[in-house]
Amino acid sequence: MTALAALIRRDIRIALRVGGGALIGVLFFLTVVVLMPFAVGPDLALLSRLGPAILWLGALLASLLTLDRLFMADHEDGSLDLITMSRTPLELACAAKALAHWLAAGLPLIVATPVLGLLLNLDMAATGAVALTLLAGTPALTFTGMIGAALAVTLHRGGLLMAVLVLPLSIPVLIFGVAASQAAITGPLSFGAPFSILCALSLVSLVIGPFAAAASLKHGLD
Amino acid sequence: MNGLVPGQMQLSGRGVICVRGGREVFSGLDFEAASGEAVAVVGRNGSGKTSLLRLIAGLLIPAGGTIVLDGGDAEMMLPEQCHYLGHRDALKPALSVAENLSFWADFLGGERGDTAESLATVGLDHATHLPAAFLSAGQRRRLSLARLLTVRRPVWLLDEPTNALDVAGQDMFGGLMRDHLARGGLIIAATHAPLGIESRELRIGGAA
Repeated sequence: MTALAALIRRDIRIALRVGGGALIGVLFFLTVVVLMPFAVGPDLALLSRLGPAILWLGALLASLLTLDRLFMADHEDGSLDLITMSRTPLELACAAKALAHWLAAGLPLIVATPVLGLLLNLDMAATGAVALTLLAGTPALTFTGMIGAALAVTLHRGGLLMAVLVLPLSIPVLIFGVAASQAAITGPLSFGAPFSILCALSLVSLVIGPFAAAASLKHGLD
Repeated sequence: MNGLVPGQMQLSGRGVICVRGGREVFSGLDFEAASGEAVAVVGRNGSGKTSLLRLIAGLLIPAGGTIVLDGGDAEMMLPEQCHYLGHRDALKPALSVAENLSFWADFLGGERGDTAESLATVGLDHATHLPAAFLSAGQRRRLSLARLLTVRRPVWLLDEPTNALDVAGQDMFGGLMRDHLARGGLIIAATHAPLGIESRELRIGGAA
């Protein structure tokens, strides 16, 4: 446990320091959402109808933006070698790294959502619903994205490959995340059904992600 | 945990075959090293010195043959009893010297020494709060050596360990290796330069 706690602490610390990835994701999220009303125009009804989708897309792209470095940095400086050799199972180390990434880069997106909801003409209840779906859904984005990040290390290809691999996996999360938010805002569907599926997606990825990432990293040893 | 008694451990490889990128780097390699012994792996560039160290560390899978450690901690795998000091220093530029070291001490676990003492031994005690980004290549290497001192492991796998170290640093490192051997540890080092301690030579890939 100390090993995993140390890993989580280190990754969060690095992400929050100057040059770390956490702030970049939030800034990107902010930029996308702030620009959207200018692109869509001043139709408030349209904005509030598109709001949840815009917030979800922004969060998805922001988390992709910072995820590709999840293992790459450790691979480049040799830390990954020592992590692989250590007593801590690689699956748990992967899970710890993803958790740290979510805490440092995912959670700030959720905290920023209420502020950005104002720009999209979402009322308090609607913003709350979107924030709640993001809270339930972003772990799925991080933990499936982790698989792509591990493959990027294994295949020695960064950035674009990762986006191509991970985006299809995140489509269900996007669908049910936006569906749950819309259901809470406009109805007529119930909020519960899509939200439960969203939670289920997160839980499944929480289990599968670390194993798939560790398998990929082990396969790519060189 | 690793109560080392001299002569207690024996690391041996039998018929080890290493294939990388479809090319056979070396095959049928036999080697052994016992507690208190240093083995210098020599050979020309590309002969597989680093590959051998990574095979022992479990970072490469041998295409054939076996590598076993007799007499070590029976509950631990071979890689868990090794320190691997590669070309890359495993340091995070954003973290300070002390943070880098204490992270590895916490993460690697097991019997651990005092981080401040290790930093003083390698001559970095004046720079504990400096971010690792500002360290020179030699200082980075010294910080990696501090990791070897802080977390006790019986087997040291060193890849060109004296690279970037100044003369005083090489002397200091020679002393550290002698201490490690005296405690019953064993060292496998891939090197072009003289190791600075008495060592047995293991030549791979024909004449240099």
